[in-house]
Formats: sequence, structure tokens, C-alpha cells
Amino acid sequence: MELFDLTIHELHDLLKQKKTSSVEITEAVLKRIRAVEPQVGAYITVTEDLARAQAKKADEIIARDAGAWRAMPLQGIPLGIKDNFLIEGIKTTCASKILNNYIPPYTATCARQLLDQGAVVLGKLNLDEFAMGSSTENSAMVQTRNPWDLDRIPGGSSGGSAAAVAAGECIASTGTDTGGSIRLPAALTNLVGLKPTYGRVSRYGIIAFASSLDQVGPLTKDVTDSAIMLQALAGHDRRDSTSLNLPIPDYAKALAPDVKGWKIGIPKEYFVGGMDAEVAKAMKDAVETLKKLGATCVDVTLPHTDYGVPTYYILATAEASSNLARYDGIRYGHRTSSPGDLTKLYEKSRSEGFGPEVKRRIMLGTYVLSAGYYDAYYIRGQKVRTLIRRDFEQAFEKCDVILTPVSPTPAWKIGEKTNDPLKMYLSDIFTINVNLAGLPGMSLPCGFTGSGLPIGMQLIAKHFEEEKMLRVAYAYEQATEWHKRRPKL
Amino acid sequence: MALSKDEVLKIAKLARLELSPDEVEMYSTQLSAILDYVETLNTLNVEGIEPTAHAMLVPTPFREDVVTQDQTMDKCLANAPAREGTFFKVPKIIGS
Repeated sequence: MELFDLTIHELHDLLKQKKTSSVEITEAVLKRIRAVEPQVGAYITVTEDLARAQAKKADEIIARDAGAWRAMPLQGIPLGIKDNFLIEGIKTTCASKILNNYIPPYTATCARQLLDQGAVVLGKLNLDEFAMGSSTENSAMVQTRNPWDLDRIPGGSSGGSAAAVAAGECIASTGTDTGGSIRLPAALTNLVGLKPTYGRVSRYGIIAFASSLDQVGPLTKDVTDSAIMLQALAGHDRRDSTSLNLPIPDYAKALAPDVKGWKIGIPKEYFVGGMDAEVAKAMKDAVETLKKLGATCVDVTLPHTDYGVPTYYILATAEASSNLARYDGIRYGHRTSSPGDLTKLYEKSRSEGFGPEVKRRIMLGTYVLSAGYYDAYYIRGQKVRTLIRRDFEQAFEKCDVILTPVSPTPAWKIGEKTNDPLKMYLSDIFTINVNLAGLPGMSLPCGFTGSGLPIGMQLIAKHFEEEKMLRVAYAYEQATEWHKRRPKL
Repeated sequence: MALSKDEVLKIAKLARLELSPDEVEMYSTQLSAILDYVETLNTLNVEGIEPTAHAMLVPTPFREDVVTQDQTMDKCLANAPAREGTFFKVPKIIGS
């Protein structure tokens, strides 16, 4: 195995044993980026010089201080950052023409935490424009391809984040998840993707999409790395009023390969027609594996499951239409070259800057919030959201975690769903309700199709019980080999 | 729920978007299909159900009302498409 194939914790061990250096790791990954990036297209911006400088600094810290850095597993580890995280001085586009040349004047709190832990930043990763999409085809910047099959999408919206880790173009990455944007791409590229509880990670400095749903999380090669990244990202921030001031557990302690007596809830609504046969088989096998490990599987019911996607497309678009009102061509971002009057300046700047999916969602969100329709759509959507939340509360009376598929199908062909927005929206059918309920959810590898495409399973836990999710995921991972496979590029 | 082209144009105006005739056509078809799908929610009885605005409803935290400076004016103006001195520059708003 090459250095770029290794995990955070494996590299941390090598650093501790003085068998490698951050500069050596970083150069290996930069070389990998040069080699495979023309095929994969994961990055919008590669910050080569910055990465080299940070790696050199990390090696100095490691050489100077034998103690403190050992408790900082990200010290000297090169990461990729989704291009909707602001980092001061590094171009941040959100994969939109409207932010083509935007250089942030400040750094997102959670990105700051990664930097303070000694992480090396390799660059900014591709996404669907404003994180709106399930395939990363809505990026205005670059087409990202799935490293497992270059004719297929990597999932979205954190498609660059997934493709980069899977292809060895970074050791781990950050993503954001509003309706499945971490979990879906992780599942389609054989990674572990974790969406923490709403409120666990600060969103200050993350470009807002739908504020009652957005959450930050990691994409990694295994569960241990996921726990390491979550530890570094989590925490209260006075600058994000939705971030909760609660103690943060030691997530590494949750990683025990033992789930004897644990109750895994299987919601029947997630195992119905329309699912790919190979995905269904992989899920069945995963359940059997967990049973062999001593867990008990119990039937639970989430009766409002089918109402999640329509609820989401009211609430998320309403919030997006409001959040994206700030792009007006006045203070930052694209301004039209032929403004005319002020209204025309707004209209032309926005129409030139936003892509078709972003416009579609702004239109839909504006409509559901407009006079006469607000109660029929928006308030009704919020009420259904309550029903969805209650479904989970009742289900968790019977079980510790819930197990579901992540995606009804493996990665699909590039272009397959781009002409039918509704079909694309339905790709998130198994992930969206977790966001509506604000719960933590994670995706982890659980098999491959006959043609070699990864399949993921989802674990869902109660609010702030990421540890339970990590524990079951770790136990499953220790008993299986899926996560060790790497794509051939 | 079919959205007419006039309704699409009205929404576009509210959203400050300028759409081409092709876009009006496309969004009229697509948004109508999405709204039809969204209307499956009408089959649910939501009588007496409290709306959920946020999944984690916590009281808004307050801080002392004191002035702090997180940013310099230069940094705030650095991304302006047009500026003059310490101002954002915009087209003339009031007619001559």
C-alpha cells in the first residue's frame, strides 16, 4: 500500500514511530493528485504551496515536541475541504459562478479547529452548486467522476469530498449534509460518511443552504478515522446560535467491537419495492453479520417515511430561497456587466451567477413562501416534519440504533437523471428524514455489486448518541473487509 | 398543481431572477411536476399537529450588547465588485 492509501490513524502511528513525515505524506498525496485528478476531477482548488508549508510546520512540531502532538491524531495529516467551507485567503466558490472569485475574509470555526489540530489543507473539493444535488453534476466548475467507475457519478452533494478520499487524493475530507450529502456519496464510493446531530458541529463560516437542516461531518476510509474527525469538528461555538453547549464525549472510547445484546431496529418502510436486488441482498447480509456479533434485530416502523422527500423539498427550498437572497451583486460575488437600474442589477447578476438547479430551488422556495401558499405548503411541511420526528422517537423506544440502506441503487451513470429533477430528488429517499428529525446518521461500506460498485448501509441514532452509531459501525467493520478495498485507477 | 408561465414569471420577479423564455417553459413544466409530488402531503391529516421549525428547539442564546470588532473594513470591502474608498459602489438608484 502507498502512503495515500492509508488512514489517519495508520499514518499517525507511522509518524509516532518516525517512519514517515508529514512532508513525505503530503508529497505522496500531491503526486497522487497530479496523477489521477485529470480522470477524477475532485478538486476545484489545490493549495499546493500552503499544504507544503503546513506539512513542514507539522514536522517541526513533531520533531520539537515528543509529547503534546501525540494526542492530536490530525497533526500533519493532509485533508481535503469541501468548497463550501470558508478558509481565510483561499478561494471558496461553492461550485457556483456567483462566487467565482470569492476570497473569504474569515475561517469557518470547524475548519479552524482542524487547522488548530495540525491538519494540512490540500485544497477545496467539488460539490453540487450550493450543495444542491445528489450527483455533483450541478457543479459549475468541474465534472467529478466516481473512482470505482469513471462513467458514473460519485453521489452528491459532497461528491468531490468522496471521490478525493476514495481515489487517495486526500486522507480524509469534510462534507456537509442537508438531505444526505455526506452519506450518499460515501455509500457510492465505499467510504464512511458521518452526519452528526444537528447542533453538534458549528456551521459558522459554512455557506448556508437550508439552515434548519445543514450539518457538517467527515468522509473517511474507516470508522476509527470517522471518530477522530468528529472529535476534531465537534463543539459549541458562540457564533452559531444553533450549536449546542454540551460536553463532547471521547469518541475513540466508543470503538469497542462488541454489540452483544444491542438492539438494531429495522424499519419495514425502508425495505420495500424499487430497491436494487444487490443492495437488498447486501442489507440482508449486514443484518446477519450483526446478529452473529450478538446484536438482536427488532422490527420498527417509521410510518411517515414516504412523506420525507416532499416535506424536504418544501422546507429546504424555502430556507434556500431566503439564504440565497444575499447574493445580490453588491457586496461580493458576481455582478453583471450591464446593470441598468438597481433591480436589473440584482436580476441579471443572480441569473448569470446561479445555475439551473439553484434557480429551480429558489423558485420553488419563493413559491411555497409566497402570500396565499405559505400555510398550504410551508406550515403543512413543518407539521409533517413533526410527524417524521415522532416516528423516530417511537422507534427508538424499541432499539439502540436503526439500520437502513443509504441509497436504493448503487452509483448511476453520469447524465442518467439530469433531465428529471424529481427522479434525482428521490435518490435521497433513505437519508432525508434523518435531517428533518435532526438525528445523527452514518453510512458505511457493506458490500459490492457484481460489477464492482460499492454499497453502503446507514446507521441512525438518537440525538447526541453518535457513540452508539460508531460502536455498532466499528463492530461491523471489524467483522468485515469491505472498507479495505480501494478502486483501481 | 400546474404553474402557468405567468405564475412562473411572477415567482421569478419575487426571487429577483431574470428568466429566458426557454427557462420559463422549463420551470413551468418542472415546478408543476414537483408541486404535484409535494401535494401527496395533502393526504395526511395534520390537524392539531405543532409545526417543527428546528429539529433541536433550544432557546436563543443571548450575549452582552457590547461592540466587538471581528473584521476590518478593508477585509469586508475586499470582495466588492465595485468600491470607492470605504463604500460599496452601486448604480444610480434615484432617477435624474
